[in-house]
Amino acid sequence: MSKKMQITLNVNGTRHELLAEPRTLLIHVLRENLGITGPHIGCETSHCGACTILMNERSIKSCTVFAAQADGAEITTIEGLGTPDSLHPLQEAFREHHGLQCGFCTPGMITRAAQLLKENPDPTEEEVRFGMAGNLCRCTGYQNIVKAVLAAASEINTAKEAAQ
Amino acid sequence: MNDLTPDRDDRTANLKGIGSARRRVEDARFTQGKGNYVDDIKLPGMLFGDFVRSPYAHARVVSVDTSAAMALDGVVAVLTAKDLEPLGLHWMPTLAGDKQMVLADGKVLFQGQEVAYVVARDRYVAADAVELVEVEYEELPVITDPFEALNSDTVLREDLQPGADGAHGPRRHANHIFLWEEGDKTATEEVIGSADVVVEEMIYYHRTHPCPLETCGCVASMDKVNGKLTVYGTFQAPHVVRTVASLLSGIDEHNIRVVSPDIGGGFGNKVGVYPGYVCSIVASIVTGLPVKWVEDRMENLMATAFARDYWMKGRISATKEGKITALEAHVTADHGAFDACADPTKFPAGFFHICTGSYDIPVAYVGVDGVYTNKAPGGVAYRCSFRVTEAAYFIERMIEILAIELGMDAAELRRINFIRADQFPYHSALGWEYDSGDYQTAWDKALKAVDYDGLRTEQAARVEAFRRGETRRLIGIGLTHFTEIVGAGPVKNCDILGMGMFDSCEIRIHPTGSAIARLGTISQGQGHATTFAQILASEIGIPADKITVEEGDTDTAPYGLGTYGSRSTPVAGAATALAGRKIRAKAQMIAAYLLEVHDDDVEFDIDRFVVKGAPERFKTMADIAYAAYNQAIPGVEPGLEAVSYYDPPNMTYPFGAYICVMEIDVDTGEAEIRQFYALDDCGTRINPMVIEGQVHGGLTEALAIAMGQEIAYDDMGNVKTGTLMDFFIPTTWETPHYTTDHTETPSPHHPIGAKGVGESPNVGGVPAFSNAVHDALRPFGLRQSHMPHDHWRIWKAAHDLGLHG
Ligand code: FES
Ligand code: FES
Repeated sequence: MSKKMQITLNVNGTRHELLAEPRTLLIHVLRENLGITGPHIGCETSHCGACTILMNERSIKSCTVFAAQADGAEITTIEGLGTPDSLHPLQEAFREHHGLQCGFCTPGMITRAAQLLKENPDPTEEEVRFGMAGNLCRCTGYQNIVKAVLAAASEINTAKEAAQ
Repeated sequence: MNDLTPDRDDRTANLKGIGSARRRVEDARFTQGKGNYVDDIKLPGMLFGDFVRSPYAHARVVSVDTSAAMALDGVVAVLTAKDLEPLGLHWMPTLAGDKQMVLADGKVLFQGQEVAYVVARDRYVAADAVELVEVEYEELPVITDPFEALNSDTVLREDLQPGADGAHGPRRHANHIFLWEEGDKTATEEVIGSADVVVEEMIYYHRTHPCPLETCGCVASMDKVNGKLTVYGTFQAPHVVRTVASLLSGIDEHNIRVVSPDIGGGFGNKVGVYPGYVCSIVASIVTGLPVKWVEDRMENLMATAFARDYWMKGRISATKEGKITALEAHVTADHGAFDACADPTKFPAGFFHICTGSYDIPVAYVGVDGVYTNKAPGGVAYRCSFRVTEAAYFIERMIEILAIELGMDAAELRRINFIRADQFPYHSALGWEYDSGDYQTAWDKALKAVDYDGLRTEQAARVEAFRRGETRRLIGIGLTHFTEIVGAGPVKNCDILGMGMFDSCEIRIHPTGSAIARLGTISQGQGHATTFAQILASEIGIPADKITVEEGDTDTAPYGLGTYGSRSTPVAGAATALAGRKIRAKAQMIAAYLLEVHDDDVEFDIDRFVVKGAPERFKTMADIAYAAYNQAIPGVEPGLEAVSYYDPPNMTYPFGAYICVMEIDVDTGEAEIRQFYALDDCGTRINPMVIEGQVHGGLTEALAIAMGQEIAYDDMGNVKTGTLMDFFIPTTWETPHYTTDHTETPSPHHPIGAKGVGESPNVGGVPAFSNAVHDALRPFGLRQSHMPHDHWRIWKAAHDLGLHG
């Protein structure tokens, strides 16, 4: 065990200052120190994507990042994507299109999809399948997840056009 | 309330009852990151447990030195078998009537076996301490092959008396667990011996693992002041865990509360009782603090329950015209180091004797030998009813091979052997009574949907093109018609550790016309809170949106045997419907009183009771609920509640027709799924959206199993596939698009005719994928090639057939 480091994390718009060992993984700081339990742990080896969050506008697997590496970063988790009164279109779409069953992969899936749609607002089915391939789901067989992401994309695009 | 009479369709739609594609009530919390899974639970003062595990598959444990670990700052305790022995907890009973070491007692029998349990302030310190426990091992010969085990002098289970019977009768070798037989052996041998055509084949269904996205874990919390133990955990059967915990610990059952919170998928992995649970409970009792244990992925794949590992040697006979005359199966079942299968007690090979499948086979015999090896224990039903996927794979491969032998089209061979619709209820040669089915209709619909004849023509043309050297890709058409057997089960022959496999539902109607229902089952993603409310809505006329469904807390839920083997809808779903009917019977009396007519003069109509012949005179269920609590009704107790425990009279027999069209590249061994058509008949359909989701998910697990997923061992008993790097889980990229379809043949004995569906796609999917691979190479002489059909194995099969020049 080595000395703890002081780090600052901006999570879902709130600034947190905390102490963590250099070896502590970001997912553990989020879940255990900050009580942000939306991102889950499915493997701790970067394969499953259950721990996916956004860090400085990139999708990352927070089980494979040290908390210290995230010092000063802007972080968004599933908890920061929408509010109960104003859900993110992806949150609506996953429910509407039955894109989840046990829900364990869902926070990571939706968070990843949110970034995918930022980078590629109007993806084809193939692009969604490629862009989501880092997130595993054991329950749904993905078909409805893909449907939900495509539906959310068109929802977001329609809303944007209406606003212009 | 009596002012409006919206039309009946509107009223029905408003209920969102049976048949409605109701959106799920669970989703709001899951999509917002507000699920509550075991690892999300944080209690004051909570400690973390972690295991020291064996690196060897078979070794004597010479010594365990915990002193360095104990000296580490933050370590609270290190438990070994010696610490558990005075409590009688160093071994525990398995669900299969065997016993299993909780912590290594003198030797280890599989890689990853639990040797010591460290309890520390946080998970990092616990992991450090695990490294500091010094264990000295003395290696022993390793057996990973069940056939070798039955011929070896190496005794794996030295704790068992040589020659003494096991839980399922005589053992003929030290490494033998049981021989279980069903059917008429002599008659079967006679028919096969004199048949026109006989094929014999060894079909191996490899070892794999359910691998839910959430691993197994628990939080045990002993409240020493109140003497109450609470255990939160990933339990598919919370009441069974409570009873087992009481029997093991001696704590009275009323002082134990077991809670299954949200569960991140189960698929059979979370049925068993694992050493992690026992050690966490002991550690909490010892320290007086809550203790959390959550296994990591490698531990999950290496040590908690595997599935399959069945070597199935079959013989099937037929007339020259293709009428099947007999079926025989000799199975060698690799159970690993302890027999920890989660089968109903009387069925050590589960329901494998459903292996006559969808076919009218006059005589059959099955013999299953259970064998110990140096592999992890388990043998759970990974998204299937007990050993049913093994059975379905076996018969669907045997049929294909028989078709080759007969020179017959495999679809036609199935057709002429189906159990006909007029034969139901059908008594199978191996003792089952199939409740209902119409296989021919489903089969015709499926063949037509994919243009089967067109596909065969295209396939033949492709073979010709291949022979001419114009392509290196072949087409395979994978056919399957499966029959499942689910809904365990009738208490007269189904129990687990002596507990009958009924299930239960308790309903309370609130005065303002909403309700809560509690069940003995537990959802792991199936959406019970959504679908059970739908059953009730149709039964009692209260909208599903006004019915809360709760499961998983043994302090509040009625006793039930839990969720696995697709038993929730057949058993708890039936209990729900019947409890609803009790509510309705009482509501009828109240309605009659309020309407000032005789009980027999009112009838139920969607959401109300109406006076017969005068539908404008009615009382809604909300009116009735209010009166039940607020009005003195002569001869009727106040309140509106009911409870029902349902002991099913029979199993249910869902079935389906699946067709997979695959292209394989002979040179790379890659397989591309071009089309997958799945027709399911699960009887009455409660929520078509949820059913479709279950089918997609089950097919994807079948894809994984057939095409690459495997728990593989080397000769030293090392697990070669212990991470998600090596253990195949399909991503969005490999997973095809599925076309779903259905027919609807209700179960005659289930109160609403529902049969259950969650596992059908796995049972039918595996043979469909595997048959497609075989069918692609069939024109070149392939009869049988073992799963999983990863690129290498497909390439190798093509190579062995001489297709690489
Ligand atoms: S837990 Fe991070 S990728 Fe699986
Ligand atoms: S919904 Fe269960 S893992 Fe995706």
